[in-house]
Amino acid sequence: MSSVGTAVLGAVFNLNHPAHVVHWHFFQMSVSNILVIGLMLVVFALAIALPFPGAARRRESRS
Amino acid sequence: MSVAPTPGAPATGAPKKTSWTTRTREVAVENLPPEKLLPDSQPVYVASWIYVFGVASIASLIVIIASGSILALKGPAWWHYTGIGLFFNSTHLWAVELFFFVMVVHLWGKYWMAAWRGGRKRVWVTGAITFIVAIPCALTGYVSQQNFDSQWISTQAKDGLNSMGIGAFFNVTNFGQMYSYHVLLLPLAVVGLVTAHILLVRRHGVVPPFELDTARAGDAARAGDAARAGAASQSSPPERTPAPSGVERPSSAADGAPRS
Repeated sequence: MSSVGTAVLGAVFNLNHPAHVVHWHFFQMSVSNILVIGLMLVVFALAIALPFPGAARRRESRS
Repeated sequence: MSVAPTPGAPATGAPKKTSWTTRTREVAVENLPPEKLLPDSQPVYVASWIYVFGVASIASLIVIIASGSILALKGPAWWHYTGIGLFFNSTHLWAVELFFFVMVVHLWGKYWMAAWRGGRKRVWVTGAITFIVAIPCALTGYVSQQNFDSQWISTQAKDGLNSMGIGAFFNVTNFGQMYSYHVLLLPLAVVGLVTAHILLVRRHGVVPPFELDTARAGDAARAGDAARAGAASQSSPPERTPAPSGVERPSSAADGAPRS
């Protein structure tokens, strides 16, 4: 990656610091891990809720 | 090895085939006939996003193996001093992140679907063991980076494993040992388990969703109607509400019985 691209990305995602951590009583987890787990839950809910393309047509054709 | 019978000879007098190749073929074809191994179509309920994540896991595993093979060909230090090496290392890392992401969603979906129903216990067990084996497969990659990050991770892991009393069986600070685990032993286990998992899915079929219990659904609907009718007019009896349209009666296949 060019130095310009690196500088732009570095300005957006500044990683030059210790990880941010959520600490509450016994619970301790990095913010990045919490974000990934939350995203997995969102994707899981969407996978159940969203209709699959062509699913209704397949049901009709087989019924 | 037995000799093939002469063409045209009577079948009654043919010697019994006992060679291991014959037995293996017969067992394989009996358990996985071609129409099951490579089916023309899938049941209609497979048209759902929740069934996509198993395939996505396989797709990301293929990217992991392809990018990892290139990294193995060029050596563990290649990605430190070349741009293309860094590209393939990043591809390898993010494919692993994606692999675990979609595999966990797949696991959640199958858990809440009780995917072990209908004689699919081994399908569930091979999937769960794959997830467990994939974790050390990824962690040995972190200690194979050959940088300060891998030194930090390996020494911290060494302390943790020693404290659990299993540090004598393997040494996470031994780069050669961890690299061998990462590029050969554990990937072989993961690929073998995934292969067994896919073949078992082909044999038993994809687990169907739970069917709605029409009796309970009807009771619930009648109870709701009764409550509403009671609120409107305490003297009038509740009307019977038919079961919701489109709901099928529970059948013998409601528990996800395997397809014959």
